Formats: sequence, structure tokens, C-alpha cells
Amino acid sequence: MQQQDRIFKWVCLGCALLIGVLVPGIFLQLGLDSAEAWQKFGIGFLWSAEWDPAQEVYGAWASVAGTLYTTALALLLAVPLSFVAALFVVESPGWLARPLSYCVDLLAAIPSVIYGMWGLFVLVPLMQEYVQPFLGETLGLMSLPGGEWLLGEHYNGFGFLTAGIILALMILPYMSAIMRDVFRMTPPMLRESAYGLGCTRWETTRDVVLRYGIRGLLGGIFIGLGRALGETMAVLFVIGNLIESPEGLFSGGTTIAATLACNFAESDGLQRSSLFALGLVLMLLCFGIQVAAQYYLHLTGARRGEAR
Amino acid sequence: MKKITLTGLEQAPRRSTVFRRLWDVLLSAFSVFAIVLSVGGMGWILYTVLRHGAESINWEFLTSSSKPYGEPGAGIANALLGSLLMTLSATLIAVPPALAGGIYLAEFGRENRLGNVLRFCANVMMGVPSIIVGLFVYVLLVVTTGHFSGFAGAVALAIIMFPVVMRTTEDVLTMVPVTLRESALALGMTRTRTTLGIVFRAARSGLVTGVLLALARVSGETAPLLFTAMFADTWPGGFFSRPTANMPVLISEYTMNSPFESMHAMGWGAALIICLLILFINIITRTIFHEKQH
Repeated sequence: MQQQDRIFKWVCLGCALLIGVLVPGIFLQLGLDSAEAWQKFGIGFLWSAEWDPAQEVYGAWASVAGTLYTTALALLLAVPLSFVAALFVVESPGWLARPLSYCVDLLAAIPSVIYGMWGLFVLVPLMQEYVQPFLGETLGLMSLPGGEWLLGEHYNGFGFLTAGIILALMILPYMSAIMRDVFRMTPPMLRESAYGLGCTRWETTRDVVLRYGIRGLLGGIFIGLGRALGETMAVLFVIGNLIESPEGLFSGGTTIAATLACNFAESDGLQRSSLFALGLVLMLLCFGIQVAAQYYLHLTGARRGEAR
Repeated sequence: MKKITLTGLEQAPRRSTVFRRLWDVLLSAFSVFAIVLSVGGMGWILYTVLRHGAESINWEFLTSSSKPYGEPGAGIANALLGSLLMTLSATLIAVPPALAGGIYLAEFGRENRLGNVLRFCANVMMGVPSIIVGLFVYVLLVVTTGHFSGFAGAVALAIIMFPVVMRTTEDVLTMVPVTLRESALALGMTRTRTTLGIVFRAARSGLVTGVLLALARVSGETAPLLFTAMFADTWPGGFFSRPTANMPVLISEYTMNSPFESMHAMGWGAALIICLLILFINIITRTIFHEKQH
């Protein structure tokens, strides 16, 4: 019997160790395959914006900046929206809250390629026909000083703003679902006490629910951030796929994931190695976010005296 | 640092009730707007997929293989079959070790250092972009064997499923009360039988839910299949040795990389089928979970 238990434990440990092999394995593989690019371009690869297959000169900046730009846009749009959406679901009565949270969960299950497709066939024409002329000309942002810097020189529906909107729509349900769960965990007693003191709904949320659930809130934002960074298909359809540094909201560009998806299949030699280097940069970004999130949770957990 | 004293509290700024009410109403309006936007966005996407997709779905579409542009009688059956094969093999590859790994985290590695390291690795893996997994499997299987294959696609999907199932298994097992384990052990059962016979049975519906949700998530993944399974206009014959047709790559090929209206229509049809499948899995999952709660 003891023998059986020991075998069982070792089998389980072996399977769990697979995950411990996988993470360093991916780093190792990306590192080995990108060695050529790092040797050729050095650390300057990170901030060189050139990407010229004819000259065999490659740099990561256009893709990295595009990734950061779309992610920032998506978070800017999605964080306030998901926060108030979660608030609404928690505060609304049961008959409304249940179907709503069901809808939000379903939204999270739609594959990203379908978001991309919808973006390409519905959102891009809409942006080109209405939204971009409206922002650029009717509101006159284009003619303002710095307008060109904000929006880019011309527009065709594709570009960073479109990609940001699609990404925001994609990560909104994720973040909102997590925030909703956190808000639900606030003890009703605390919330009702606040109401009893005469607080309005917003004051209760700000001073009680938010303080109580700040960890979960940030956890949700981190998860949305991670998804937005690495999303491929939804962005690929609408970003325009030009390997150029971002010029403005309406200009076309690329992200790391989109560059990989577009160019990897036909690449070889130094270009392939540079693409692996891009992959390594993306992996490091995601890893960094994960470490930061875990460390933050650990820190706040320790400060509150919670046993982790 | 500002000193908080009783006098400080007494001098707290007085805001008028009207202002507070107004602010509250404004925020409520904003939250209604946010909900309308997210639910409306979903409605819009699903409506578009349904409207365009329903036009192209017919018997021929569902039963014949995809063909190059211009040939009559094209369908998506080969892609559907390929996707099914790939997701099922991914499940077969990923689920048993993931369950065992989850058992380790929940039963043996709850407090110790190794458990924490592995848990951290699982969290990292859950955050790894799927396209990176595609690159990894490309080097691991496509370069070494010399050809794209459905099997490589299945492995990529399995790698994505693995940490998800592992972590949900851990979470579900942790929720089983310790007293149940102790009772089983006190009756003289081995640790193995306790875990597999008692704890697993108590956590059954949660485990099934976890696996199904991972399955649903993986069945729409496109990026990792681009460099592994690729696409082919043939039936998935050589699963281990040839590019294999699959739904997500078909959708992206037919919509993004094709200028032809008829192919766009087929892409919408495929999108509708995928949506229906995922919706179906989600509804099953909900029902299972619902039963448990009653």
C-alpha cells in the first residue's frame, strides 16, 4: 500500500514537472533560435526601427512600440468600462444580473479570429466612413497643433485605433467577469453599513467595495493586459500590417504577434532569427507582467497579514 | 504626511447632497452605458456572424471538402473534421497529465517550495501568448520531422490546455473539504484511493467543467495552428505527416487573405459553425455546473 502511494505521488510530481520544463524550455528555444540576430544587431535590436529584408537589417522597435500602443489604447478604453459594467451587474437585481453575467461569460468565449473578422468587415468600413472623418474633420482634431502627431496623416479605416477598439471589446468581458467576482466578495454587512451611514452608491463603491477588492481589481487588469499584449488574430485583421513605428491613432502599423503571424512562414536565415528574437521580447514582456502581478499580490497579501 | 485628527474630521469638506446625488446618477448612467456597450457589442458580433453565416450553410457546405477558388461544390467538412481530430487529440494528450499535475499541486504541493514554483510556472504558461506556443511547437515538431502536421497542431493546442486544466483541477480539489479526506484515510484507504475514489468523485462536476472550458477555449485558437497544422484542401488523411485542414485557419485564410466574395461567405459560414459549437459546449458546462449547485 505504501508502495502504491509512493508511485502515485511520483507520477503526479512527474506530470506537474512538465509545466516546470515547459517554461524554461520555451525561453531556451527562443533564445537559441534568436542567437544569430542578437549577435548581429546586439541589444540595439530593441530600439532600431528599421525592418528591411532586402538589406538584411532588422529592428524590433516598430513591432514593440505597436504592441505597447495597442495595449495601452485597449486598456484605456476597457478598464473604466469593465469597472462600471461589473459594478452594474453586482448592484442589479438577480433576474437581470444572471443573464447579464451569462452574456459576459459567453462574450469571453468567442474566438479571437471572429473578433478579427468582424473588425475587418464591420468595424473597418465604419471607422473609415464615419468615425475617423468625424474625429479628424468635424471635431477638427486634425487641424489642431499636434493633431497630426495624435492621429497620423491619413486614414483608411485600419490602424491602431481600430485595433485598440477590437482589443478593448475582447478583454472587456474577461476583466469585467473578474471584477464582478471580486465585488461580490465584499461582505454585505460592510456595504450595508455604508449605505446606513447615508453614502450614495458611488461612495460605497469607492470607499468600501474598492478598498476591499483592490487586489482582485488589479488582478483583473493584469489579466486583460496579458491578453492584449499577446493577441494575434484580432489585431492582425485590422492593424494594417506595415512594419513602421506608430505615427498616430489612424496610422497603420504592426504588433509583435502580428509581425510573427505575417512573416514567419516565408522567412529564413537572419529574418527568421530576428522573428524569434521578437518572440523572445514578447515572451519576456508577458513574463514580466506575470512576475509583477504575482509579486504585487504577494506584497499586498503580506501587508494585510494574509497567509499565502 | 497629513495628520488625521478628530478636528480634521470635523473640518471635512461638506459636499451638497444635490452634487452627490447627481454624481451618483451620472455614474449609474455610465454603468448602464457600459453594459449596453458590451452586451450590444456581443449581440452585434453574433448577429453579423448569424446573418452572413446562415446564407452559406447548406448540406453541400457541411459535407464536402474545401476546394481552391473557383471550383464548384466547395465545403468545409475537411476543416471541421480536422479541427475535431486536433482538439480531441489535444484533449487526450493534455488532460491526463494535467489532472495528475493538479493533484500534485492540491494534495502534495500545497505548502512546499516546489509546489509554489510549479504553480508560478503554470500561471506564467497561462499568460504565454498562443503564437509563442506555435513558434515553440514549430521548432519542436515541424523542424525536426520536416513537415507540417495535424499532430503538431494538436500538441500546440495541448500545451495551451495543459496549464488551464492543471490550475482548475487544483482549485476544484482544494475546495473539497479536508474532513472528507481524513475520513477516507481513517477508514484505512490509501492516499491513492482517497484521491481518485473520494476526492475526485466529490469534485467531478468541477473537473468536467474545467476540461470543457479549456476545450472551448482551444477550439477557436488560430495563432498556434498557423505554423503547425497550416491548411490544406484535402481530407485529413496523413494526420502525422501532412498539413491538416482546420476551421480557425480556414476562417482567416478565406477572409483576410482572399479578395473573393464567395470565399468570404464561406468564412462566415465556418465562423457560425465554430460559434455554435462553442456556445453548445458552454451551455453544457453551465448545465453541469448548475446541477451541482442544487
